[in-house]
Amino acid sequence: MILVDMFDMAGWWTLIVSLQVIIISAYYFWSKKKSKDDDPLSKGVPTNWKPLPIVEYDVAVEEPPLMGKIDENVLNVGATSFLCLHKEESIMNGALKALDKYGVGSCGPRGFYGTIDVHLDLEERLAKFLEVDETCVYSYGFSTIASAIPSYAKRRDIVFADECVWFAIQKGLDASRSTVRYFKHNNADDLENMLAEALSKKELNPRRRAFLVIESIYYNTGEMCPLKRLVQLARQYKLRILLDESLTIGVVGKYGRGITELLDIPRGEIDLIVGSLEHSFATVGGFCAGTNFIVEHQRLSGLGYCFSASLPPMLTQAAINALDIIEERPNIIEELNIVSKKLNGALSKLKYFRFRGDEISPIKHIYLNKEDLTDRLKHSYLRNIANYCLEKGVALAVAAYLRDVEVNCPEPSIRLAASRKLTDENISLICSLLDEAYEKVGPKPELQAI
Amino acid sequence: MAAAVANGCVDTSVVNSRNKEECNGKEKKLLNGKINNHRNGYLNSKNTSNGVNKSRLDEEGPRIIPKMDWSEYDTMRGSFEKCSLLTAVLTNLGLYILMFLGFVNQILFKPNVATEKNREGYAPLYDPFEQFFSRYVYRRVKHCFNRPICSAPGAEVILKERCSDDHNWTFRFTGSKRRCINLGSYNYLGFAEGEGGSTHADVAAATRHFGLAMCSSRAELGDTALHRELEHTTAKFLGVESAIVVGMGFATNTLALPGLLGPGALALSDANNHASLILGLRLARATVRVFRHNDVRHLEQLARAALAEGKWRKIVIVVEGVYSMEGSICPLAALVALKKRLGLQLYLDEAHSIGALGPRGRGVTDYAGVDPNDVDVLMGTFTKSFGAAGGYIAGSARLTAWVRAQGHAHTYAHAMAPAVAQQIVCAMRALDAPAGRARIAALRDNTHYFRNRLREMGVVTFGHHDSPVVPMLVYTFSKMAATVERLTDSGIAAVGVGFPATPLNQARIRFCLCASHSRAQLDACLAGVRRAAAELGLRYSRRA
Repeated sequence: MILVDMFDMAGWWTLIVSLQVIIISAYYFWSKKKSKDDDPLSKGVPTNWKPLPIVEYDVAVEEPPLMGKIDENVLNVGATSFLCLHKEESIMNGALKALDKYGVGSCGPRGFYGTIDVHLDLEERLAKFLEVDETCVYSYGFSTIASAIPSYAKRRDIVFADECVWFAIQKGLDASRSTVRYFKHNNADDLENMLAEALSKKELNPRRRAFLVIESIYYNTGEMCPLKRLVQLARQYKLRILLDESLTIGVVGKYGRGITELLDIPRGEIDLIVGSLEHSFATVGGFCAGTNFIVEHQRLSGLGYCFSASLPPMLTQAAINALDIIEERPNIIEELNIVSKKLNGALSKLKYFRFRGDEISPIKHIYLNKEDLTDRLKHSYLRNIANYCLEKGVALAVAAYLRDVEVNCPEPSIRLAASRKLTDENISLICSLLDEAYEKVGPKPELQAI
Repeated sequence: MAAAVANGCVDTSVVNSRNKEECNGKEKKLLNGKINNHRNGYLNSKNTSNGVNKSRLDEEGPRIIPKMDWSEYDTMRGSFEKCSLLTAVLTNLGLYILMFLGFVNQILFKPNVATEKNREGYAPLYDPFEQFFSRYVYRRVKHCFNRPICSAPGAEVILKERCSDDHNWTFRFTGSKRRCINLGSYNYLGFAEGEGGSTHADVAAATRHFGLAMCSSRAELGDTALHRELEHTTAKFLGVESAIVVGMGFATNTLALPGLLGPGALALSDANNHASLILGLRLARATVRVFRHNDVRHLEQLARAALAEGKWRKIVIVVEGVYSMEGSICPLAALVALKKRLGLQLYLDEAHSIGALGPRGRGVTDYAGVDPNDVDVLMGTFTKSFGAAGGYIAGSARLTAWVRAQGHAHTYAHAMAPAVAQQIVCAMRALDAPAGRARIAALRDNTHYFRNRLREMGVVTFGHHDSPVVPMLVYTFSKMAATVERLTDSGIAAVGVGFPATPLNQARIRFCLCASHSRAQLDACLAGVRRAAAELGLRYSRRA
C-alpha cells in the first residue's frame, strides 16, 4: 500500500517538476534566440536617435585666486592649517629627507609593495596618539570617509545622518546604496523621533545593520554635535556610530585627541573615527581609527584604500613630524582654542554679517545679513567681498558648493579658518575689512555660483 | 606568420598586428632624435577619422547604420590561453578543499580578534562569507600581500622581512632586510628613484616655494601657478586642448564621472574595468551594461541594441588603455571607428598606459595611431609612469571647464601637493628629451624580452605583447602563494593576485616591467621564475 502511495506522490511531483522544466527551458531558448538576432538597425528599421555630446553646454568656471605658499604675503584665513604646522621648519626638513630616501610617489597600492615603513610608522603613532587599537591611512582626505562608509553599510542597511554632513559623507552614503535618513542639524530630538518611528515600523531590527553618521564639528556649519546625547541614543537603538573627526583631531581636547577627549566619552563607544591629515596636520591624506575588529576590515574592503596608490612617503613623513610636534607641545592646542574663542567674540560684533560656529570650533561660517537676495546673488556678493579683501591682503575662502548636487545645500558663506598664530590685530583687521568690503562692493548678477 | 603563432590566435587581425610591429617596433631608430617610428598618418590625422569618412549621424531624419566591418581593424582581444580541463577541475577542487579546511578551522578555533566588545544584540557588522573568506582562506596567504618596503620603489627594492608566530594572524618584524629586484611596483619608466633621483632638486625647490600642502580645495584657496603649469604641461603632453588634475588617481574617476554622466546616460563598460570606474559610474547613477573584455563585436551588439531603444541621452563607452590584471591593451582604433559610426562617446582610462605605451610615451592613443582629440575624455594617473601621485582628465576646453564646474574634485577635494605636481612636470619634460625617449624604448625592449623568455619557458601569460604588465597564470590560490615565496627567496619582488581581484580559479603572478631594469636583472628574474616553474609545475602552456 505504502509503495503505491509513494508512486502516486512521486508521479504527481515528477509531472509538475518536468512541466516546469519544459516551460522554463522553452522560455529560455526562445528569449535567447530573440536577443541574438535582435538588431533592428541592420534589419532596415531606421533610427532617429541623436546623441548628445558629452558636454551638453558651455559652463563658466569661476576663476579662483592664484595663491603662493599658504600665508606668505597675505593673511590667509581660508586654508585650514589650524595649528600653523605648514610653517614648521622641522616638518619641511623631515619631508625633504624622506624625498631623498624614497622619491616622490609610492608607485603601488598598499597591498602591492606600496606599504613603506613610514606608513606603518604613522599608523602606529596615530593609534598610540588616539589611544585606539589600530588606524589605517588613506592617501586622500576626501576618499577616506567616502570609502569607509560603503565598506560597512551595504544595500540592505539603514543609515541615519545629519542633514549638514559634508559632501564626502554624502558621496559615501550614495556609494553604500543603503536607505539614508537625514535628521535635522544637531537635533537629537528629531533623531529620536525618527528612530522611534523606524523601530515601530520594524525598519530597525536585529538583522539589519543600522548606522549613525555624524561629524564632530560640521565642516558646513562649524557647529559641534551633541555627541553625548547621540551616543546614548545610538546605544539605546543599537546603532553603530561612524564619526568624522576631521576638524577636531589636533584641534580640541587637552592633548588634541578630539571630541571624545573633550567630552570625556570612552573611545570604545564610537565604532569608527575618521580623521583627516589635511587640516591641522597640514599635509595630505586621511585615516580611520578604531578597534582591530573594525579597522582591519577596511584593509580588504575600503575601495580607496585597496585600489589606490598609497600616500607619497614624504607627505607621510610630514604627518609623523606634525604628530611629533602636537605630542611635544600640547599647548599649541590651547593657543588655537583661545584664538577660536576670541574670533567668536569679534565676529559677533560684525555689522552686516551673521556667523555660525561653536566657540571652540576653528571653522566659522559668515553669512550675509540680507535675506532678500537669492543664493546665487549672495554667493557672488561674497565672492566680491573676498576679492576686495584679497586686494587688501586678507585671503578669505568663499565656501564652494555644487549647488545642484548637495543633498541640502548650505547658504552661501565665507568659511573662516582660525589658526594658532592669529593675533588680536589680525582679528580686528579681518572684521573691519569685512564690514568695509560690504559697503564698497555689491553683487554682480552675471557671476555664476559654483 | 610568426606573430600569429606567438599570439596564439590566427585571424584577420594578424596582418594588422604585424604591420604595427613593423611600424612601432624599430627601437633603435628612436634615439636619433627623429620621431619617425609611429604609424603613418598619425600626425596629420587631425581631420580624418580613422577609416570612417563621414559620420552618418550628420544626416537629418531616420537613417540606416550598417554594421562594422571588423576585418579592417586590429581587434585582437589579447592572448588569453585557456587552461586544460584537468587544470580547471584540480583548481576548483583545491579551492573547495581550502574552503572546507577553513570551515573546520572556523568551527574549532574562534580567534580573539573576531569578537566585538560591547555590541551585544547588534546586527552582525560583516557578511558571514566575507568574514570566513578573509579569516580562513585569505589569511593563509596573507604574508604574500601588504609587504612593507623601506626604500624607494625603484628597479630594486628593499623588503622589510617579517614573520608570523600565529599562522598569519599577526606579524612581527625580524629586523632583517632583503634586497630584491622590483617587479611589483608600477614604475614603468623608472621615475620613482630614491637617492640621486634626477628630479629631486626641482621637487625640493617647489616644496620650499609652495609648501607641503595647500590645505584648501582648488576652487577656494588651493590654486597655485604650479598647478596651472602642470595642467598646461599635461594638456600639451597629451596633445589636447586642456586638462584638469586631481590629487588622487582613484578619486579622479570617482569624482569626475558623476559630473560627466547622470541618470539617463548609458555606460557600456568593459568587464575588467577598474574598481574606481565602477564606483564612479555607480555614483553617477548611470545605467551600466557590461561587455566582454576587449570584445568589440559584443560591444557593437550592445551599442546597436541601445541605439535602437532610442531613449538614452548619451551612450558612453568606458574602457581602459592597459588592463592592470590582464595585461591587455584596448583596441582603440576599432573603438574610435565604432564610436564615430554610431555617435557614441568614449571615456578612456589610461592609468597604466600613459607614459608606458606608444613610441613617444603618449599612451594608447599614440600606440594605436589615434588622434587624441578623437577620444572624448582622456583620463589617466600620474602614479605609475611618472613616479608621482594623482590623476588628470583631459580633452577639449569645454570638457575640462565642465569637469571643473560639475565634477566634485575641483570644488571639494584638497589641491594636489606641490611636491607631487612638480615631480610630474619634471617627468613630462624629461620624457621629451632624448634620454626620456630612451626610457620608453628601454621599457619596450624589456617588455618584449621578458615576455618572449616567459613564453619560451612554457608558462601561460595573458595580454598583449607590448603591454608592460605581464600576468603569469598559476591558477590555484596556494600555488600563487608558493610562487611568491619562492620568488622572494631568489630575490624577486613580484605581486600575486587572487580572488577577489581575479576570478576564483585564475590566480596569477603579475610582473610589472620597468625601463631601468638591466638585462642582467631580468635574466636573474627569469632564472628565478624558471626555478619556481620547474618546482611547482607552472608550465601550463599548451602552445607549440
